[in-house]
Amino acid sequence: MSEQYLDNSLFRNIYCYLISGSEGCTARGYEAGFLPAGMEWLAFLVTAVVMALVVINLILGGVIGVIWGERRILARFQNRRGPNRWGPFGMLTSVADAIKTMFKEDVLPFEADRVLYTMAPILMVLPVLLVFTVIPLGAGTFIVDLNVGVLFVLGITSLGGLAVMMAAWSSGNRISIFSGLRAVAMLVSYEIPMALALLGILMIAGSMSLGAIIAAQNVPFILVQPLGFLVFFLASLAEMNRTPFDLNEAESELAAGYLNDYSSMKFGVFFLAEFAAELAASALITTLFLSGWRGWDAIPSHAWFALKLVGVMFLILWVRFTLPRFRIDQILALAWKGLFELTLINLVVTAILIGIWPQPTTAQLWAIAAINWVVFFPAVWLVGKVLTTKPYESPSVAPGQSVYPVAVAQIPASSSEGCD
Amino acid sequence: MPGMGIIRGMGVTLKNFVRAPHTVQYPDRRVGLLGAAKHAGISPLQLVTSNPRQAAKALFGMATVPAKIEQSPRFRGNEFTWYEDRCTGCASCAKYCPLGIIEIVTHPGGIDVQEGESYGIDVFDIDIARCMFCGLCVEACPYDALHMGSQFEKANYLRSSLVISKEQLISNAKRPSSWFRPQFEAQEYNPWKGTIDDHHGAGRHEQPGSKKLTERWVDNR
Repeated sequence: MSEQYLDNSLFRNIYCYLISGSEGCTARGYEAGFLPAGMEWLAFLVTAVVMALVVINLILGGVIGVIWGERRILARFQNRRGPNRWGPFGMLTSVADAIKTMFKEDVLPFEADRVLYTMAPILMVLPVLLVFTVIPLGAGTFIVDLNVGVLFVLGITSLGGLAVMMAAWSSGNRISIFSGLRAVAMLVSYEIPMALALLGILMIAGSMSLGAIIAAQNVPFILVQPLGFLVFFLASLAEMNRTPFDLNEAESELAAGYLNDYSSMKFGVFFLAEFAAELAASALITTLFLSGWRGWDAIPSHAWFALKLVGVMFLILWVRFTLPRFRIDQILALAWKGLFELTLINLVVTAILIGIWPQPTTAQLWAIAAINWVVFFPAVWLVGKVLTTKPYESPSVAPGQSVYPVAVAQIPASSSEGCD
Repeated sequence: MPGMGIIRGMGVTLKNFVRAPHTVQYPDRRVGLLGAAKHAGISPLQLVTSNPRQAAKALFGMATVPAKIEQSPRFRGNEFTWYEDRCTGCASCAKYCPLGIIEIVTHPGGIDVQEGESYGIDVFDIDIARCMFCGLCVEACPYDALHMGSQFEKANYLRSSLVISKEQLISNAKRPSSWFRPQFEAQEYNPWKGTIDDHHGAGRHEQPGSKKLTERWVDNR
């Protein structure tokens, strides 16, 4: 049963060192391993566990790196130096923070729902880790290449909204509930443009498998689908609660938002999920729009993937450090009046073009790209017109008339006298 | 075109991203290979051959060199500078101190022909722990014997060791701050560059010549 997975280099490189007498391994130039021929099930099990451990630890280590990188880059944006004391270039600062978080007291609020309160962080981090199962990290390096990969990613990331609501409700805290309701309103709204933005890609690639989408990107889809990229980028910013869409943990309004009452490692897991989501979204954008691990052969495919990943992450941080937070009504208006229209325009244009050129060649991809860029600017301009708020006009006041909306004469005399 | 404002704003943040940071690192500063070599006064290649450990640390951003930060010449540090030869023991400083933290004990001294009677000084203690560095004692000193100091790295484990005694005042390096002392600024003295060991250099009056010293006001009547 394992022979079908041998094209996966991550699987092959563990499995073939374990098992002996496998034809697929011998054909690929591996020597016999130490397990006898009948033990394929054990080799498969060990390989699966090792792969899961490798990828999960890669993500957790990556999160430490992401936190360090974000702090360094944030510091440079503010003309500071950032952490530079502990370890090379301050890299161990996040490790120290993680250890500190683990040793903090774990407080359970009196009114909290104990089961849901404990489950919420787990449910928050689970989908983020699961996203990485379908993302190819390099040529032939993936856990599994699902033929419904994009659908799987969209489905599994929707769980985040449930986790936020669970955390907010189980805390038994009204500020958390406010935050949770706002967050869920935002997350549910942005699911729709996020999914619709990917339909253009799926039409061009003709498959939902991420491996097939990478294979179809002779021209990176950021050029072919500019509207799709814009919408998906903004929607993924909202899905992972980054500024300017971070209103569910708006410090100035809601304390820490839905994770107000969390402490110790439960808080740490929320934090971890947030940064791992950033990692996952960057990996997804890299795969879907920047042709994943593909590039010139001089640089290995894994390095290409990492390079593009870091680039997308820098873009996310750059947006974060530039733009202030939106209000809830502005965020929902952007989702429903702005991004939704943009995705529909993109969908119609791409559908017509794919109707003309089913399974486009490289030259046809360039033609699609050109037409899409021609559509891009008027579409963004149109949506900008729809979304623009009117500037505030101060009301004209007739001479002798009170500027206050409530006439001063209506205010009871006793109360106005008592003000002195 | 909508979105141009966002792009312009991102340009502004990017300009700040590539700018050199304003942070001043203290008490030591992280350096790279070039910085470490410059601090050691040799070329980077020489540093790699002569001190490979330091060079490796510098490459990983872990090498530190001590950083001294120059303050303003008028900076009032965590100490005082006192010239025994200028002090007459008048205790003006102790009387003006709002906190009463200067303790002066004197005994009757000799009689100088020019200056009249003076005091010998037994105790001159300043309790730096309670001092608020208002500088009233320095303003009060008629003979420019007491000056604000300039150094500030005086952290200690005991409150009692923060009391500066007469012996310490005498033996300390004389780096008076030029706060309230225009004569230091006139002679372009900087406490972060040099010291004033001679008490004649610390006064606001010129050093009197031998004629002035032997001259008596009664002679002019």
